[in-house]
Amino acid sequence: MSAITADDPTAPAPAESKPPGRLRRSWDRHWYAWAFITPVVIVMTLIILWPLIQGIFLSFTDASEKNVAKVIGGREIPATYDIVGLKNYIDVLTGATFWTIFLRTIIWTVVNVFFHFTLGMILALVINRQLKGRALYRALLIVPWAVPAFVSTYMWRLLLTDNGLVNSALEGIGLSPIPWLSDTNWLFISCILVNIWLGVPFMMVALLGGLQSIPNELYEAAEVDGATPWQRFRHVTVPGLMSVASTVVLLGSIWTFNMFAIIYLMASQGQRNDIATLPVYAYDKAFTGIRQYAVSSTYGVLILSILLVFAIFYRRALAKQGEVW
Amino acid sequence: MSTENLTPDVAHEIAVGEASTKKVRRRDERSPAMSFLLHFGLFIALVWSLVPPIWAFLTSLKPNDQAITTELKIISDPSLNNYVHVLTETDLPRWFLNSIIVAFFTMLIGIFLSATAGYAVSRFRFPGHKQLMWSFLITQMFPMAILIVPIYNIFARLGLLNSLGGLVLAYCTTAVPFCAWMLKGYFDTIPIEIDEAGRIDGLSPFGTFWRLVLPLARPGLAVTAFYTFLTAWGEVAYATAFLTSDSKKTLAVGLQTFVGQFKTEWGYLTAAGILVTIPAVIVFLLVQKNLVAGLTAGGTKG
Repeated sequence: MSAITADDPTAPAPAESKPPGRLRRSWDRHWYAWAFITPVVIVMTLIILWPLIQGIFLSFTDASEKNVAKVIGGREIPATYDIVGLKNYIDVLTGATFWTIFLRTIIWTVVNVFFHFTLGMILALVINRQLKGRALYRALLIVPWAVPAFVSTYMWRLLLTDNGLVNSALEGIGLSPIPWLSDTNWLFISCILVNIWLGVPFMMVALLGGLQSIPNELYEAAEVDGATPWQRFRHVTVPGLMSVASTVVLLGSIWTFNMFAIIYLMASQGQRNDIATLPVYAYDKAFTGIRQYAVSSTYGVLILSILLVFAIFYRRALAKQGEVW
Repeated sequence: MSTENLTPDVAHEIAVGEASTKKVRRRDERSPAMSFLLHFGLFIALVWSLVPPIWAFLTSLKPNDQAITTELKIISDPSLNNYVHVLTETDLPRWFLNSIIVAFFTMLIGIFLSATAGYAVSRFRFPGHKQLMWSFLITQMFPMAILIVPIYNIFARLGLLNSLGGLVLAYCTTAVPFCAWMLKGYFDTIPIEIDEAGRIDGLSPFGTFWRLVLPLARPGLAVTAFYTFLTAWGEVAYATAFLTSDSKKTLAVGLQTFVGQFKTEWGYLTAAGILVTIPAVIVFLLVQKNLVAGLTAGGTKG
């Protein structure tokens, strides 16, 4: 209830002395907020919500390349696919493929984020110290983040190819070369290497920001009281870094989970089935070989449900930091 | 665990327990050996970070047919021939232009549409606020896998496939919620007193936003814009599925043509890759400091 509403001269004078209706009051108070968000709401409805509903709908059909609506030579051919209910979900969830890929995606995410965080943390701690050339180190260590992912992938393929620099170096120190790109198990490891390379700088910079936001007085107080370096780390640094760390780990997990470019471009089409994570597999189902839109959509919906779990955790992390909505 | 554990009493006990036995090393002190170890560690990290781009650069200077040889050479017949080739004999300049167009318009639309919404969710509590924040959060992490198929089919019907405009539209599905989310974080850092002062001086909510808050948020706008640009610049999935004709390709798709099934044109590929990377790296280094603050906004406020 706001005073403005009650005094609003433009409000229609109701026949009875009843105050204006709830809707009306709400409108008077919030109309400008709603005006501010209208463009985004319209656009998001059109380009996100509408396709999303379509996607969910497709997952209950048998849509494929053969039976979707298309335009051939200016003539529109209507869609002829049928609704098949939960068939796609039952097929996907009872088959082995989904679970294999699911497990692989989890491994992919956990291993990558573990290394991102650990290496990023170590580098942040080192760079946070008084150090000669600190700014230069920082600037150069950030380069992998700045290189577009598809270019990084090619750079690494060049390094890891059979006669490439890495294998030559291995031979140089008397080790046997590794089939980084030709053996699919190694290929998966190579993809993880590339993604670690790509993701560490973000963690480093974010954690460095967190470290620098810890008030220096806390360390001074700890020092005056004679806390050892370990005690300072354990009781000042760790608690001070908690909120930033949980945020970046969640963001990193989401980004890694969704990573497409590296796996897609590292592998040849034939190899992709053996190293695909869920997003890559869903993509291949829709756009490589016979286009199975329905199956791809089913994967899409399943991926989305997994990511919703991340979203809930993320929301909770934000709430802990005092973000209220 | 929290910093409260360091109340004077507790810390004093620690001090009594430890200080009597040995001298505690201060933060800014370290032995020469430790210094060496730190620099050595950083050196390893530098090698790890920089070898891929440096090696790609060196390879781009070699003759295309000698990029990979059984006998490894750091440099052989250095020349800019690969660069000349990709710039004059391939569609690379066209792809560059396409990438710039797509990334630029994605950025423009993303920022313009979402700035007001970011402001609204930062300042006002209104019915629908919570739902809107949720949808920003969730759509940002939307896998392309859920939207790409329906968007592809809708575009096929509308004739928007294989067009740069269609690609911009597809990129907006992530750019708009992302920008709104980032900008909300920046608006949160601008004190609300400024809005209140504006309102007292008789500005409308729109005037306050346009004349007071937006100018103050300029660094945030710049960083958000830049990051949106880079995301579109490097996007692979939509571009690969949607763009089929050579003249419409963006860099991320075009470069794939250098990778054959049996033979990769490493000289051309690395030259093109370096050309794509240099502008990105330069601008990136300029804004990266503000970028992280925005991405983890909320995380740094606690």
